[in-house]
Amino acid sequence: MAENSSKAPKTSKPKTVKPVQTKPKRNRQSKTTIPAKTTKTSQLSKQLQQTLDELGKEVSIEMMRMMLLIRRFEERTTEMYQQRKIGGFCHLYIGEEAIAVGTAWAKKPDDYLVTSYRDHGFALALGMSPNECMAEMFGKVTGCARGKGGSMHFFSKEKNFLGGHGIVGGQIPVGTGAGFRAKYLGTDQVSLVFFGEGAISQGSFHESVNLASIWNLPCLYIIENNRYGMGTDVSRVVSIEELHKRATAFSIEGLAMDGMDVFECYRVMKDQIEKCRKTSRPALIEAKTYRFRGHSVSDPGKYRSKIELQAYKDADPINRTRKTLTEVGWLNDEDFKKIDKEVKAIVIQSIKFSDESPEPSLEELTQHVYS
Amino acid sequence: MTEMNLLQAINSALDIAMASDEKVLCFGEDVGGFGGVFRATSNLQKKYGKNRCFNTPLTEQGIIGFANGLAAQGQSPVAEIQFADYIFPAFDQIVNETAKFRYRSGNQFNVAGLTIRTPYGGGISGGHYHSQSPEAYFAHTPGLKIVVPRNPYQAKGLLLSSIRDQNPVIFFEPKRLYRASIGDVPETDYELPLGEAEIVSVGSDITVIAWGAQMEIVEKAGAMAGEERISCEIIDLRSILPWDVQTVENSVKKTGRLLINHEAPKTGGFAGEIAATIQERCFLYLESPICRVAGLDTPYPLALEKEYTPDVFKTFEAIKAAMNY
Ligand SMILES: Cc1ncc(C[n+]2csc(CCOP(=O)(O)OP(=O)(O)O)c2C)c(N)n1
Ligand SMILES: [Mg+2]
Repeated sequence: MAENSSKAPKTSKPKTVKPVQTKPKRNRQSKTTIPAKTTKTSQLSKQLQQTLDELGKEVSIEMMRMMLLIRRFEERTTEMYQQRKIGGFCHLYIGEEAIAVGTAWAKKPDDYLVTSYRDHGFALALGMSPNECMAEMFGKVTGCARGKGGSMHFFSKEKNFLGGHGIVGGQIPVGTGAGFRAKYLGTDQVSLVFFGEGAISQGSFHESVNLASIWNLPCLYIIENNRYGMGTDVSRVVSIEELHKRATAFSIEGLAMDGMDVFECYRVMKDQIEKCRKTSRPALIEAKTYRFRGHSVSDPGKYRSKIELQAYKDADPINRTRKTLTEVGWLNDEDFKKIDKEVKAIVIQSIKFSDESPEPSLEELTQHVYS
Repeated sequence: MTEMNLLQAINSALDIAMASDEKVLCFGEDVGGFGGVFRATSNLQKKYGKNRCFNTPLTEQGIIGFANGLAAQGQSPVAEIQFADYIFPAFDQIVNETAKFRYRSGNQFNVAGLTIRTPYGGGISGGHYHSQSPEAYFAHTPGLKIVVPRNPYQAKGLLLSSIRDQNPVIFFEPKRLYRASIGDVPETDYELPLGEAEIVSVGSDITVIAWGAQMEIVEKAGAMAGEERISCEIIDLRSILPWDVQTVENSVKKTGRLLINHEAPKTGGFAGEIAATIQERCFLYLESPICRVAGLDTPYPLALEKEYTPDVFKTFEAIKAAMNY
């Protein structure tokens, strides 16, 4: 019979963040700090060290900066929504930034990416300007989709960003088609297909992953498992606990990653993207994450306990990155504050830009329905 | 009588339907403990238990297919599709299974008990995917009934009839009016007839038809026209399928003019069907071309929503144009 849906959500704690057990050592020649190798390094921190070595100081900080930009952008978005400058429905990515940022730095610029309506983070991480994103939400003609769609419909042809998609599961076959094209033309591109854990109950998910497997398409399917689809706890609507194990049903590789650790997201995505490029075999990746806000701006999110929410907030991907970079000596409080100030100014500028942008003309309403 | 908004009226109808018939089940995304995104199913799980009011996974095709199976075995599922914009993953089940179950099985089986509830329509700054009015897609499908209420009283009576009707019904709820429309509603059980339009104000110069949230618009336009001594006969179609040809025909034979207003795009909208039928039946009575005031032939826009919608002023202008033809 039907599942009980009024039970209080489970309050299983997320993996606690282990502080990096390394002492920074200054490498004067390269002006970067490489974490010293300690004997007691855990597997995770060894990997972290390797990733940091690979990325270097500038890039690592750049990644943190991007997460912060997304965070500040969305905080202001909420305000603009409350001031009714933004209409439509508006879903925030706050808490999940590490996935988009890790991926953006792991992919090649021309790899395809497609996602759901929770798309602000991907758009910014892929290098779309805060101006065109904010203006889109304001419904201004300077927006990335000429103000036609709003928050859930960001697109960028230049970035091969095939969009934010408001119909749950709708983007999964679309990303699969893009992967087929890459293979058909032998372009070497990989198609990165993102969706929430709620979406894996849609037929489109099963239909797409099966196609990708039988036709060996260069597609990566990434479940952003933030544990809730609106008010519904994943455990009540999916028949297995570890979602990536669904991969078995399609004879493809399935794996999980910590979606709140930007360096892990980078490392896993990089590995998988390159492997996929080489083998043209799809994989199913589960990014374990959490959204700190409600489903959309107008959802207070009361179906989650305060304890649960706090446990995840303690693992905030930005704080965590900041902490790591501080521990390796690449960042101090002042640096962080400076970056924060910079990104805040960029966001303010995007609001000003959007305010000052013209409303779409009446012709805009009927243009672009057809060629 | 109690004052209720449209959501409360729907909740009251569901409550009565579940209390009066154990075969009635309510389900959909977040419908259980949460009461649905609009809270239309509030407290039903508490009152009738998890076996009668429950959440489903995010799977519209699954929801309607599952409901078809239940209904085919004599249950009365009331399935919620969270927004009418999300009904399309279930389109196949509705068009090919729901609508044809009785016919295909030579009347051995039917899904008579099935009711699909779904909020439709714009005017809430919802953009592309929280605003559409898809009734016409389904109106092209014999075997379905389609009902759209205009206010709380209508919503309760029509929903109770829809749940109890011996045919599958899609019940489109005007979400813009969920909280905005308030009126006196009997707490008791009552039904309003399906397939019957209602003349909401009698007039002599022009017949004006709409349904759902657009009724408010045409009533206002009718009042404006009244100030210019134009007498509008305003009709709420209530049921799109089957629709009440007779009431409309009688009215047009009297007034000689017809305006149809709907929120969905003009091309292929249900107004086209009404216009065709009425010109067949009333050709020699018509004083002016039958006129459609509808949404533009574009996706439902985010910006310029006002310009898109068939509002009071467009309706009023069209009434005047018909009078001056
Ligand atoms: C086909 C369809 N059904 C329902 C909805 C309404 N809806 C929007 S988001 C959502 C929950 C999705 O959850 P999940 O896939 O986990 O993504 P998340 O919002 O958590 O990122 C629902 C039910 C929709 N947009 N499309
Ligand atoms: Mg989710």
